[in-house]
Amino acid sequence: MRLRRTCKESTALLIAREDRRLSFGDRMALRLHLAACKTCTVFERQVLTMRDALSRWRRDESES
Amino acid sequence: MTAGTDTFEMQVAGHRDYLMRFARLQLRNDAWAEDCVSETMVAALAKPQAFGNRSQLKTWLVGILKHKVLDTLRSRAREAVLETQTDDGMDELEALVFKVDGHFAQAPAEWGDPEKSLGSRQFIRILELCMEKMPAAMGRVFLMREWLELSTDEICKETGITATNLFVQLHRARLRLRECLEINWLQKA
Repeated sequence: MRLRRTCKESTALLIAREDRRLSFGDRMALRLHLAACKTCTVFERQVLTMRDALSRWRRDESES
Repeated sequence: MTAGTDTFEMQVAGHRDYLMRFARLQLRNDAWAEDCVSETMVAALAKPQAFGNRSQLKTWLVGILKHKVLDTLRSRAREAVLETQTDDGMDELEALVFKVDGHFAQAPAEWGDPEKSLGSRQFIRILELCMEKMPAAMGRVFLMREWLELSTDEICKETGITATNLFVQLHRARLRLRECLEINWLQKA
């Protein structure tokens, strides 16, 4: 199992996670990378903000 | 509010623009969108007793619309999502964000917390604009996931695209969306 991932690979996993369940190896590698990389942590927050905004957009029934 | 005196027809008609917005965004084809919205309104008017609370009228209409839209996507899958992908500039986008060694060329910015700030509504508006800007086939697949809320298995089944192709499309759509939000959200500040 290759645990070292680049930022490009890690962000790809962060995005893939929105649509599919990551393998155990990928989850561990991602966790290790995020623990050490501030930049990818910012990227992760962006992905989560997008997830949240999409859900609010989808459910906003009040706006005409 | 004179809503109390509105007829059911008028209430339904009042939601037309709202329904069109979603139908257009999902279908990327004005004629298809018009058809779906018209069919939705006809279906709603045919059985007004099917919905109870008038405050939920919009939600009920959106539910009908989603079924009509999915029928359209199903019957037009070939045109809708299987059309040949033109070069969508994705390689250029990735090259802009990442160096060849996999490090960031351009670090992602802090967006703050759009939910807590007053910009919440503005963030959603930019989000919608960014979805509009996606290439048609990519946008349709992305909206099937995010608006119709279908699982990836369901999207493959309904459209006949392969799982590999679907994941590539969704990945590109999300990357593009992030890039578009980053540019436009930070610009407004």
